[in-house]
Amino acid sequence: MSDSTVAQQLYSPLNQIHLDAGASFTDFAGWQMPVRYSSDLAEHHAVRACAALFDLSHMGEILVLGPEAADALDYALAGKLSTIAVGQAKYSLLLARDGGIIDDLVVYRTGEDRYLVVANASNRDVVAAELLDRCSPFECEVQDESDDIALIAIQGPRALEILQELPGLHVAGLAELRYYWSVAGMFGEHAVLLARTGYTGEDGFELYLAPEAAPALWEALAETGAGSGLVPAGLASRDTLRLEAGMPLYGHELGLDIFPAQAGLARVVNLSKEGDFVGRAPIEAQSADAEMRVLVGLRSSGKRAGRAGYEIFADATSTAPVGLITSGALSPTLGYPIAMAYVDPKCADVGAELFIDVRGTRVAASVTPLPFYKRESN
Amino acid sequence: MPEQSTLQYTAEHEWVLIENDVATIGITAYAAEKLGDVVFVDLPNNGASVTTGTVIGEIESTKSVGELFAPVNGEVTEVNDAVVDSPELVNSDPFGAGWLVKIRFIELPELMTFAEYSVLVGE
Repeated sequence: MSDSTVAQQLYSPLNQIHLDAGASFTDFAGWQMPVRYSSDLAEHHAVRACAALFDLSHMGEILVLGPEAADALDYALAGKLSTIAVGQAKYSLLLARDGGIIDDLVVYRTGEDRYLVVANASNRDVVAAELLDRCSPFECEVQDESDDIALIAIQGPRALEILQELPGLHVAGLAELRYYWSVAGMFGEHAVLLARTGYTGEDGFELYLAPEAAPALWEALAETGAGSGLVPAGLASRDTLRLEAGMPLYGHELGLDIFPAQAGLARVVNLSKEGDFVGRAPIEAQSADAEMRVLVGLRSSGKRAGRAGYEIFADATSTAPVGLITSGALSPTLGYPIAMAYVDPKCADVGAELFIDVRGTRVAASVTPLPFYKRESN
Repeated sequence: MPEQSTLQYTAEHEWVLIENDVATIGITAYAAEKLGDVVFVDLPNNGASVTTGTVIGEIESTKSVGELFAPVNGEVTEVNDAVVDSPELVNSDPFGAGWLVKIRFIELPELMTFAEYSVLVGE
């Protein structure tokens, strides 16, 4: 956000472990984070077939606590957070006053008057500032705890069994924990919040804990999971995994110029909740407007993937684009190119045949339902 | 596999092996590492005439697209079909089985030595 943070390189508490593992790094919102350890594809396949570890310590964690924390979040966010149970989590949006999307969030209710709001790293400051502002009329406090919370995700079909074997982890009811629920526990002498959430389309868990405890947890997980095929995985594979799972990424599918309905997230905006919330009026006013581009999935044959920023056309020769790709890759799991794109509503029906301009060549693509990939045991 | 020290290099992270009037071209291990897993390689046709500095092919990873530039003027005499079928060769053996094209050149421009290229990539 501020100029003073631009020059400052931020490091995960796991940075030394990544260096020792020979990771390649990328800058992500000022953080030096692993982009891959060995191979993007191997790390991607490990998540689908066994399990992988992700360091997500760059994510923002903001606490909202106090007697009116639930009411405050009902006003500040698009969803109704007051009705989720203690232990439950909810995907939500922080809307701008004009209804655009400031960030997408996962909100964990960790107590009757206690919530943990997890924001994208690039939006941490703006989310914290907006929450502070929006919650100020309510009896609650907003605390940006990002510097004091590390986050490790273990994702993949074998994630549960690895956690069950993890020495030092004490969590009640781990196997019974439902998707989008969390439970407080201990790792050694450190408190840990363990949630059955993720961003890969696979079963998995996310573990929030103090930065000083993160290296020991990472190494214990790596050691325990080694026999199950667990590998560390970087942000490159995380991106192809979430794309296959049809999950939006802020800055690609989501942004200030995107309304939730365009992104297929109308269900996340709870217009039936009583009372006002930020972004409600403009979203209610626009519901009849059908001219906005909408998010669709595209698949094509061959190997040439449309990528973010590539234009979409209705036929092989027209010069006026009907859409724009926001994310795209050759799907490692499916073997064909996939993309998410915003297209004109008249082109958005499943089965519509469109063309992607791949660096000057028009590549045929058809509109396909999201997600591209869904795990079998859903 | 040729010794890296005997190859010449370009600022576009390509290596060039000169044998008589034919240049064999590939991308360096540094470039392959930066790209990540290569999943698609698009190469020029046999017999195509190419001009120094122009884009003659593409190397795509899951994450990004790299362009292949002609380091010399000339005519393509051979393309590596094996790498088209198995793009991962660019990662596993960039200086060997992962070679990309051979170009019969007319004149050889000034290229970088191994020492100069090592400085470029900071090694």
